[in-house]
Amino acid sequence: MANPDALAGAEGPLYVARKGVYPKKVDGPFRRLKWLIMAVTLAIYYGTPWIRWDRGPYAPDQAVLVDLANRRFYMFQIEIWPHEFYYVAGLLIMAGIGLFLVTSAVGRAWCGYACPQTVWTDLFQHVDRLIDGDRNAQIRLANGPWTLEKIGKRTLKYGLYLAIAFWTGGAWIMYFADAPTLTREFWTGEAASVAYATVGVLTATTFVLGGFMREQVCIYMCPWPRIQTAMMDEKSLLVTYKDWRGEPRGSLKTALAHPGSVGDCVDCNQCVAVCPTGIDIRTGPQIGCITCALCIDACDHVMAQVGRPRGLIDYCALDDVAVERAGGTAQPVLKTLLRPRLMVYLAIWCAIGLAMLFTLGQRTRLDLAVQHERSPLHVQLSDGMIRNNYTLKLRNMEARPRKVAISVSGLPGAQLWTETGSREKASQRVEMTISPDSVTRVRLFIAAPADGPARQDFTIATQGRDGDARGDADTIQFDRPEAR
Amino acid sequence: MSDKSRIDEPTGTATVGHEWDGIEELNTPLPRWWLWTFYATIAWAAVYVVLFPAWPMVNSATRGMLEWSSRGDLKAELAAQDAKRAPIAKAIAATAITDLAARPELMEAAIQGGSAAFKVHCVQCHGAGGAGVAGAYPSLTDDDWLWGGDLAAIETTLTHGIRNPDHTETRFNVMPAFGKDGILDTAAINDLVSHVRVISRQEKPSASSARGAVLFEANCVACHGTNGEGIRELGGPKLTDAVWLYGGSREAIAKTIYAPRNGVMPRWNDKLDAVTIKMLSAYVHSLGGGEDAPAPVLTAQPKGEADNG
Ligand code: SF4
Ligand code: SF4
Repeated sequence: MANPDALAGAEGPLYVARKGVYPKKVDGPFRRLKWLIMAVTLAIYYGTPWIRWDRGPYAPDQAVLVDLANRRFYMFQIEIWPHEFYYVAGLLIMAGIGLFLVTSAVGRAWCGYACPQTVWTDLFQHVDRLIDGDRNAQIRLANGPWTLEKIGKRTLKYGLYLAIAFWTGGAWIMYFADAPTLTREFWTGEAASVAYATVGVLTATTFVLGGFMREQVCIYMCPWPRIQTAMMDEKSLLVTYKDWRGEPRGSLKTALAHPGSVGDCVDCNQCVAVCPTGIDIRTGPQIGCITCALCIDACDHVMAQVGRPRGLIDYCALDDVAVERAGGTAQPVLKTLLRPRLMVYLAIWCAIGLAMLFTLGQRTRLDLAVQHERSPLHVQLSDGMIRNNYTLKLRNMEARPRKVAISVSGLPGAQLWTETGSREKASQRVEMTISPDSVTRVRLFIAAPADGPARQDFTIATQGRDGDARGDADTIQFDRPEAR
Repeated sequence: MSDKSRIDEPTGTATVGHEWDGIEELNTPLPRWWLWTFYATIAWAAVYVVLFPAWPMVNSATRGMLEWSSRGDLKAELAAQDAKRAPIAKAIAATAITDLAARPELMEAAIQGGSAAFKVHCVQCHGAGGAGVAGAYPSLTDDDWLWGGDLAAIETTLTHGIRNPDHTETRFNVMPAFGKDGILDTAAINDLVSHVRVISRQEKPSASSARGAVLFEANCVACHGTNGEGIRELGGPKLTDAVWLYGGSREAIAKTIYAPRNGVMPRWNDKLDAVTIKMLSAYVHSLGGGEDAPAPVLTAQPKGEADNG
């Protein structure tokens, strides 16, 4: 195979090796915000499956559980059945609109603070600092020879990567089964093979994407930066180097020697040193910038040291760039954030959320679906009546057994009985107890007098008989033989 | 061709030298790992081609070293299913059919299995869902049974069949061909038809039916019972209800008396194993007309002319 670096065009290589990124430690308000978000998101991710939630004896006691085998989704007091998947669709739409909202307000804030790729990369970079030291030590170690110390440090570091990656993969499967049980089964080798495979794959992806690929994911693999670019407008806040204030760059010495000849940027390179994607924000807005705002912290720090006002690098909208460059004052951030476009997004987002909450509160937990058996459509009975057969699906979506009654209306003279009953005991209504949290299939036989239309619409209804009288009904046909 | 060494002004990136209608291609190098990933997919493809079916040949494809095939997968899945069902089949085999109802989980499995077997062996005559074919094959979903509709009776019918010439235990009876063999003349048959139509409440009593009643007494009660209520043990059909295998119109009844069909149902004990027969019995019993043992006495009669008369 050809050496990729040798595949060079006239003006340089067609393929380039990844340049190492060794972001320097930094402190400041944005860094602290990132710490906070990291702590919260990781805590949610690792911790949620372990929260217990009492639902009684017939349902799992895990607060958040995606029960694929039984096709249930539990989230605290909400339980979603497969036919209610539109709630999940609604959540996804809300997530989408939420991203529109955030992106048009503050640009790639998702990328900078909340994206798992960012959070885990950040975590792994802290591991780097913990083992190898800060930026300079890391660079020295990377370029140095393979001494025993380097081998030791690398082993330790990759070991830690692997531990975090494994923990991450392991936490994922906890959402799909009872966490304590699954943990025990996992370590005793009794868990399903798909559990091991999932943990294996997620460990590998976390290890590779967080430990090594890092900013390469954002720059080359992720579609999100491209989509986000389409969502931003001239009023979205972007991390911006205010070149009209910073240029031309010059050291403090030059500034002292020739006052007024240089801008505010002292060319200390701190903004580049702290950047987790290794770019230079001073070359302008670019796809590599995930707007983590760490360069703002770094630059503010330097400005404080040299006694110049903060904000040489700052969140700034394109409109404001034009205004400030012309010497004006940018409009207040709040005004930018309260613009109509964002309000519309916010309104849609809230409307969907409220609508879902409302329907969640309104939905019945006893549901009926009736199917008319087609072969045969109708049966001639000895005494001259006609029987039709129906398959009823009774969904009891509550975690308790229910006593229900099934009755028909709109079919005069109807007698009904189920497969466990018999014609002799047939009556106008059938009562039964259905199991908790499950679908009960019932075959219902309905006999009616032969004199009537060949096709007659009528209603089969079910109703709770244990205090909660809410129920459901389905309209269906009764067929009779065509007149002979 | 544009100038190869040109640097694109706004981006500061070199061009690769391709230019189409003024659109130039910039050289933004791909990451090297991307290239290695590409090579890895090629290597994977090479391995895949050796291990799995890949190259199309004249009749099939190359088989691959793992000898994998979707048919093989299916076979393994079917075997696994069979293995999973084996204990249930064993339990059904060990349970008398009359005890099946007391074991709902076995009953459920038997009905499921029977439903599958019915689609293979029975639908040809009895139709999908056991609806029967009017004038030819009985419906299995109604509440009228020629030879009994409880589980054990259905099992016996299935096992030994009806009017199987090669089998001594088969259910057997023959209705004489009253017209064809010259036992009754046309007028007599006509009177008999009137009587049968009266007891099934399709007609009002008449002079013809009164003559028919006498004929019925002399020729029919041995099998159909004194009042035409049928005799299960002999397979003598009930004539007083609304269910007619070969039709209940004057013409249809006359035709039956003239030359009865004496339909044949094959026995299944030489074709199916006992468990399948048991499952079929459970399924047929579940279709809607299944009776308890002993069979209930159905006194209900169809409403009709006779009520008014
Ligand atoms: S570019 Fe993609 S992967 Fe990177 S932070 Fe943004 S959303 Fe996450
Ligand atoms: S340029 Fe600044 S805001 Fe952008 S990724 Fe780098 S450090 Fe973060």
